[in-house]
Amino acid sequence: MLLEIENLRASIEGKEILKGINLNIPSGEVHAIMGPNGSGKSTLSSIIAGKDGYDISGSIRLDGQEILDWEPEIRSRAGIFLAFQYPVELPGVGLSSFLRACVNERRKYLGEPELDASAFLALMREKAAMVELSQELIRRPVNQGFSGGEKKRNEIFQMAMLEPRMAILDETDSGLDIDALRIVAEGVNKLRHAQRSMLVITHYQRLLEYIIPDRVHVLMDGAIVMSGDRTLALTLEEKGYDWIRAEQEVSS
Amino acid sequence: MAQSEQELLEQLSERAYPHGFESDIEQEIIPKGLSEETIRFISQRKNEPEWLLQWRLKAYKHWLGLKEPKWPKLTYPPIDYQDISYYAAPKSAPVLNSLDELDPEIKSTYDRLGIPLEEQMMLAGVAVDAVLDSVSVVTTFKEKLAEKGVIFCSISEAVHLYPELVRAYLGTVVPFTDNFFAALNSAVFTDGSFVFIPPGVHCPMELSTYFRINARGTGQFERTLIVASEDSYVSYLEGCTAPKRDENQLHAAVVELVAMDRGEIKYSTVQNWYPGDKDGKGGIYNFVTKRGLCKGVSSKISWTQVETGSAITWKYPSVVLQGDDSRGAFYSVAMTTHLQQADTGTKMIHIGKNTQSRIVSKGISAGRSQNSYRGLVKIRKSALKARNYSQCDSLLMGNRCGAHTFPYFEIHQPTAIVEHEATTSKIAEDILFYCTQRGLSRESAIAMIVNGYAREVLDHLPMEFAVEARKLLAISLEGSVG
Repeated sequence: MLLEIENLRASIEGKEILKGINLNIPSGEVHAIMGPNGSGKSTLSSIIAGKDGYDISGSIRLDGQEILDWEPEIRSRAGIFLAFQYPVELPGVGLSSFLRACVNERRKYLGEPELDASAFLALMREKAAMVELSQELIRRPVNQGFSGGEKKRNEIFQMAMLEPRMAILDETDSGLDIDALRIVAEGVNKLRHAQRSMLVITHYQRLLEYIIPDRVHVLMDGAIVMSGDRTLALTLEEKGYDWIRAEQEVSS
Repeated sequence: MAQSEQELLEQLSERAYPHGFESDIEQEIIPKGLSEETIRFISQRKNEPEWLLQWRLKAYKHWLGLKEPKWPKLTYPPIDYQDISYYAAPKSAPVLNSLDELDPEIKSTYDRLGIPLEEQMMLAGVAVDAVLDSVSVVTTFKEKLAEKGVIFCSISEAVHLYPELVRAYLGTVVPFTDNFFAALNSAVFTDGSFVFIPPGVHCPMELSTYFRINARGTGQFERTLIVASEDSYVSYLEGCTAPKRDENQLHAAVVELVAMDRGEIKYSTVQNWYPGDKDGKGGIYNFVTKRGLCKGVSSKISWTQVETGSAITWKYPSVVLQGDDSRGAFYSVAMTTHLQQADTGTKMIHIGKNTQSRIVSKGISAGRSQNSYRGLVKIRKSALKARNYSQCDSLLMGNRCGAHTFPYFEIHQPTAIVEHEATTSKIAEDILFYCTQRGLSRESAIAMIVNGYAREVLDHLPMEFAVEARKLLAISLEGSVG
């Protein structure tokens, strides 16, 4: 089991947002989390990545190791990647020098030798091509002047560079047109393999037509209320979240 | 040596001198205090011509009638001008045989700043004859300059070797009447650089004070004069990233630059003064008057500075745009941490036609420091179609520091165009989280973000200086982010 979340509870300023999440993701699988606005999807991804500011109880284990008391940078080096919903700009910080520092931190953690300048440049060119990011964009400061679609592609580019074990894609499809969506999804699919798992967080099932999940979970009001295979996403698309609420009422 | 020069100086300072200075002429040091005798002594000791002695005395008399200015946003205990020794032999740093004898902490700082080994030896005071490589590097350097006719020597040497040149320009950009500290400097200066670039010459390398072998001991009252003739170019580097410690608290230097028709001077400063202890005691007071005169048509002068460290920084490198079509620029990163105070900025004075000036000031405040930008853009009636662009940014790190901006505009020409932008910001948590999520430690992230913030200024530094300056910013931030 690559990622195990056990009875995760989280509150902020006294308000409980996650009410006991239980989730297991085996290595090599893609799981989707769907849910209405305010259900706690972004909170869940932030907490797995190690964002500060929440009162947390429960357990999150990566490869069997408890990571809840690890700093975000340690979780990252151990292989957790979060593709942000709203990627920020880093004025004046060149994308290649930024990424080179990040890649080398990961390699150092894994006991691998750091990449020299030319090996790194070659790697960058290869991965940038995967998401059709031009050389011109790569030379800029991180996300500076990038369109929404370019920012999302940049997230997937960075994911390709860092080669994570557990990638969380937080509403990667939001704000993307059809073409951008296709490029991003193709990039993500190229990164699927047996030693990597992904958690795809989305509102709409549209993305899941391109990135086909092994498992779909529905998050509502801070808890996972239903899980199923990919057909669950289609059912949701057809019947809406109200249907789930109705099902819940029936079963309780 | 049984007694170091420093010990001797201390002993002498404690005794009284009822008979004046005659008995002390044999020695290299004089007792504390400032009077006409002090100045005559300095001038005589350096064998100066009469015109220079008279100039010093006029400056001194003028200084006596002035009061120390109180307008900057700075707080410091009063300076006792009689409690300073105005002439002393170069600092007697212990002479080492190799870098292995150097205090490991100092060596570690030099290494982290990426300072080349030869320079480390110079800074540490390794005996010159033990540094064979260093000597040969300097010799080649001097040969290249001599080939082109470039003059680069100490100002004391210049007074003897090129008196007409010095006399023609000294005090023409910063007259001793300019301000309190300029008057003092003019009376008692003892060291500094003189640079003269002949017409049509593009100086083949960056000039740096490192290459003046006697630069080890910094004068408190340095005087530098750089003259670029028609169609010439020079890039001059002052200072270094190595932390500079000095028993002398007050540093009141004067730097004058003159550029003739189509001449260009790039003056870069990277200064890392000792900031005092964590309570701000013992730090350097850096009160400097720096001014460039774009005398000729289409001449250019730019000031680029990275300042960190001094307890009090008070300097406004300025450009007077006299020649038509001349260009002035000021690029600055000023970082204050702990309890430092900085009141720094620039003055751009537009006099000729079609002149342009550009100001980019990046302040970084951390700890409990106060960082003020004070800038003046003055456009005289004669300055038709003058253009100025100013950008003043402040970055606050933590909740206990301050950033202040005092921009002044005096515009007397209706065809002038002046643009001013200012921002104040903190490093947002979501930016830090983006970086740490990608695997960077919080400290590395902050250093990277601060360097990104300062990048526009750092890009104007000569490359080796820029690399050291980036590391300096990162190291200066350590332990100071609240």
